[in-house]
Amino acid sequence: MAEEIKVGCARPTGGLVGAEEEKQGSSEATPTPKGKEMKAMIQVGKPAPDFTSPAYLKGNFVSVKLSEYLGKWVLLCFYPGDFTFV
Amino acid sequence: MSIDSVFVHKMWNDHELSKMVAGGVPFPMLSDTGGKVGTAFGVYSEEMGVETRGRFIIDPDGIIQGFEVLTPPVGRNVNESFRQVQAFQVVRNSKGTEATPSGWRPGKMTLKPGPDLVGKVWEVWKTDMAFD
Repeated sequence: MAEEIKVGCARPTGGLVGAEEEKQGSSEATPTPKGKEMKAMIQVGKPAPDFTSPAYLKGNFVSVKLSEYLGKWVLLCFYPGDFTFV
Repeated sequence: MSIDSVFVHKMWNDHELSKMVAGGVPFPMLSDTGGKVGTAFGVYSEEMGVETRGRFIIDPDGIIQGFEVLTPPVGRNVNESFRQVQAFQVVRNSKGTEATPSGWRPGKMTLKPGPDLVGKVWEVWKTDMAFD
């Protein structure tokens, strides 16, 4: 499910699925209105925004995509940072 | 998921978490350097530059069924997250014919909403059922 990623000196980053295409699609003639960038649009009963993210999993660096987990229950947990205390 | 890199995740897992959990963290430790994903989920704090303690329950169709967000100093209750997932699974398996009342946990009775139950919940559900 999670595909292994190559590790270089740059920190691997992920992001929202579809965000890149949107950026490329917008031409200079139609500047993106301010505040149009991904706003928090989280609502229960609505789809979770899909994303890809680099991850550490049991000794390997992998790439994880949320939509690969369709068919399963997912608990997605955010936290302030590694080595924080609680 | 946090704003740490996968390298820091590795260090934290290998040097600390693996001493709490045999074999280390069994699920992917996601990295969101820059906070793009956290921003989309409404848990990235620009002010602090970190993500708050957000927990999202996402069902097999990719739909968010619930979430809880805490400021950094207070930790979560994992059992409560599991209880909620179990409740959502009961509702889903019943195709929406059953609902789990306040205080439900596996083994406790569910409710079957319908015209016959209107105004009659008091007959089948007692307030002490809200507590363990």
